[in-house]
Amino acid sequence: MSEHTEHRLGAADAISEAPPADETSRVERAAAQTDETASWLTRTMNSPGMRNAALVLVLLFICVIGILTTGDLGENLFARKSNILTILRLGATTGVVSIGMTFVIIGGGIDLSVGAIVALASVWATTVATQDYGPAGIVLTAVAVGTAAGVINGVLVAYGRMAPFIATLAMLVSARGLAEEMSGRKTQTVTRQGFNDFFQAEPFGIPALVIMFAVVALIGWLILNRTTFGRRTFAIGGNSEAARLAGINVKRHTLLLYALLGFCCGIAAVMILARTTTGTSTHGLGYELDAIAAVVIGGTILSGGRGTIAGTVIGVLIFAAVNNIFALNNYTTSKQAIAKGLIIVAAVLFQQRINRNSRST
Amino acid sequence: MSAPLLGMTGIVKAFPGVRALDGVDLDVRTGEVHCLLGQNGAGKSTLIKVLAGAHQPDEGTIEWNGEPVSLTTPIAAMRLGIATIYQELDLVPGLSVAENVWLGHEKATAGWTKRGETRSATRDVLRRLGHGEISPSMEVRHLSAAGQQIVSMARALSHDAQLIVMDEPSAVLAHDEVANLFRVIRELTSQGVAIIYISHRLEEIRQIGDRVTVLKDGRTVATGLPARTTPTREVVTLMTGRTIEHDFPERTDDAASDELLRVENLTLPGVFEDVSFSVRAGEIVGLAGLVGAGRSEILETVYGARRPSHGRVLLDGQPLKPGDVTAAVRRGVGLAPEERKSQALFLDHAVTHNITAASLRRYSRLGWLDRGRELSDAREQVTALDVRPGDPRRPARTLSGGNQQKAVIARWLLKGCRLLLLDEPTRGVDVGARSELYALVRGLADSGVGVLLVSSEVPEVLGLADRVLVVREGRIVHEAPADELTEHDVLDLVMSGASPVSHGSGTSNGDMS
Repeated sequence: MSEHTEHRLGAADAISEAPPADETSRVERAAAQTDETASWLTRTMNSPGMRNAALVLVLLFICVIGILTTGDLGENLFARKSNILTILRLGATTGVVSIGMTFVIIGGGIDLSVGAIVALASVWATTVATQDYGPAGIVLTAVAVGTAAGVINGVLVAYGRMAPFIATLAMLVSARGLAEEMSGRKTQTVTRQGFNDFFQAEPFGIPALVIMFAVVALIGWLILNRTTFGRRTFAIGGNSEAARLAGINVKRHTLLLYALLGFCCGIAAVMILARTTTGTSTHGLGYELDAIAAVVIGGTILSGGRGTIAGTVIGVLIFAAVNNIFALNNYTTSKQAIAKGLIIVAAVLFQQRINRNSRST
Repeated sequence: MSAPLLGMTGIVKAFPGVRALDGVDLDVRTGEVHCLLGQNGAGKSTLIKVLAGAHQPDEGTIEWNGEPVSLTTPIAAMRLGIATIYQELDLVPGLSVAENVWLGHEKATAGWTKRGETRSATRDVLRRLGHGEISPSMEVRHLSAAGQQIVSMARALSHDAQLIVMDEPSAVLAHDEVANLFRVIRELTSQGVAIIYISHRLEEIRQIGDRVTVLKDGRTVATGLPARTTPTREVVTLMTGRTIEHDFPERTDDAASDELLRVENLTLPGVFEDVSFSVRAGEIVGLAGLVGAGRSEILETVYGARRPSHGRVLLDGQPLKPGDVTAAVRRGVGLAPEERKSQALFLDHAVTHNITAASLRRYSRLGWLDRGRELSDAREQVTALDVRPGDPRRPARTLSGGNQQKAVIARWLLKGCRLLLLDEPTRGVDVGARSELYALVRGLADSGVGVLLVSSEVPEVLGLADRVLVVREGRIVHEAPADELTEHDVLDLVMSGASPVSHGSGTSNGDMS
């Protein structure tokens, strides 16, 4: 029986002798070869900066199409300042959700319930009782409801060990159901003029909603790239087992990621209230798809561990611009949906190509 | 003599960081059991994958019945008649035996499966293997490991395989099941099927093998040796070579240092039982034993990655919270796990981020990361440990195994850990880099860090550790200073539990510390 491990015997009784030089250099040679084989294109396209630059080109291309299809240069419907601001204002709400979604997806999760959470928060914040507390009451309620829903998602995923897809699917149906229940399926109007005045203001000619999106994106970028929270998010999405064994509290962090996204949904609910002056259970329909699509187009990979905020912002803008161009040209929303689907497919195929090239080296 | 069934010459396969195969020659005759031997990392798995069509060789030729062929896909290999049975059986647990056997080439007309024919064909194949008692309609998950192996072989036969590659088939089997496996193999070879048999157990190779090929560092060092008569010593010498002796660093006397870790009656039911031992500051304690004896699990339980049912772990006399990795890390415990890539590294992230992953708190002010200091500290570690290539901004994926291991150790050095748990620290590490790692670990111990080392390579444990605990079937069966043990002592203990004559009670349980 002792022969079982006998092959390990040899090294000990062997004569002491330095390993031949070519043993160590073997590895280095192989490493050097790898460098040469990686093509220039692959390496440059693989850096997040360049990938985002490529996305900007796509966005510019879409803008050119917008300009060409909407009248003369003198009075172009697309290029007008008011239209650009409309694009930004419409993109801002899903944009804020997409920023939060970027965190969750980089952290290796997914959240399907964002649209429903936005609806629930908008309804809860516009009940008569809430509005009694004034504009601040509306804002705080929306944000608190969004965050609470996110915490529930996070607890189910992190501590209940549910698949994110299932946990947030359950949240999707029940949050929207609760929103319908609370509102009696009626549209609730924002009666507090102070709220509307504040969020519909346009300091320096820029709509408040656009400023909010910009601020959320900037803070999101800082958190993701400059804080321990962001670094841990990448670590957990990149290899959750390694993160756990490095002493990172993966469960708590996962909970915080969903809470952060819930918080973003609360802000988005405030923004939608400001834009429409109403709270209803039908707000935020399809937000989950818009947000996930924007994140994926922006180069964040669904399996987690890699992604950028800038990419997500550009992804949001691409979607908003396409929507706008279709509206200006009087195409139906059905045609818009088809175009969006094609954009998603093209973006993902393109990214897979880049990823495959970088892996094969 | 006619051409062999399979002839491989000069096969080369390189991956980023390592040349896994560097000139492999192998020829296999019809109806023989050809054994493939080599240490971990010698290139056996890569060679199997080349044969299975999963990897394309960079150089070299493969001939099948004398004709040059290229195995571009797994399907191409299968069509040719080469079937591979992997160590982790690749069956679909929820499908029936018959469905698994014919998976991918179902007996069907226009997409409609012919259930009756499938069943009877499966029964035929199983009978050919001498296992007519396995029901084709049984779900595979209800079968034992041995039964599943038979199904894998039945699948190979369903492809009319003329060559079956078996990767450590006995590793998943109990002792009496191995005899049955051999019976099946003899059955197959008598029908003209050739077998490439990979095993670490020389005893088995003597029983079942016809010829032996030995791989070392990706090269064939001997081929066509008679399996039954080649002396063990010769085989072992070929496998280890006389060139890979390591210079183990000098031990330093630290008998006076304080006890750092104390493990008391630690029990994880079914894995290990009543384990007690201690590690002093500056001491390297080695856990020797077979794979599956519970060594890694002991390490993981000390680290808090598993929760014990009984017993406790004390660091500096203070108990560690069971099952809480974060608490252990905060107290200064670090683990370099066995599966480096899946358990320790963020392969796509920069080496810097890998090194600082456990110390982020240090670079944060109110959560804000001081990235400049982070990078310069990581760079310092990279230089100190001589990680190559030396640019810490490269992704960890581009490093060789030894350098990846250094990065993992750097993580804990940076953290300032006081107890380092090393699980198979040199697995997948190039021969040349091993001595560097040994020196590094000894240097750490000299600086006062306690080290608990698990390794399957007995010479490594004996050469590196100060004190050795021999683990067998979840129990510590012996404890002794490393320089009082020989490899034979350890192997005897590991295999049989018998204590060496020169020492007292072999079952003493840590009371020597």
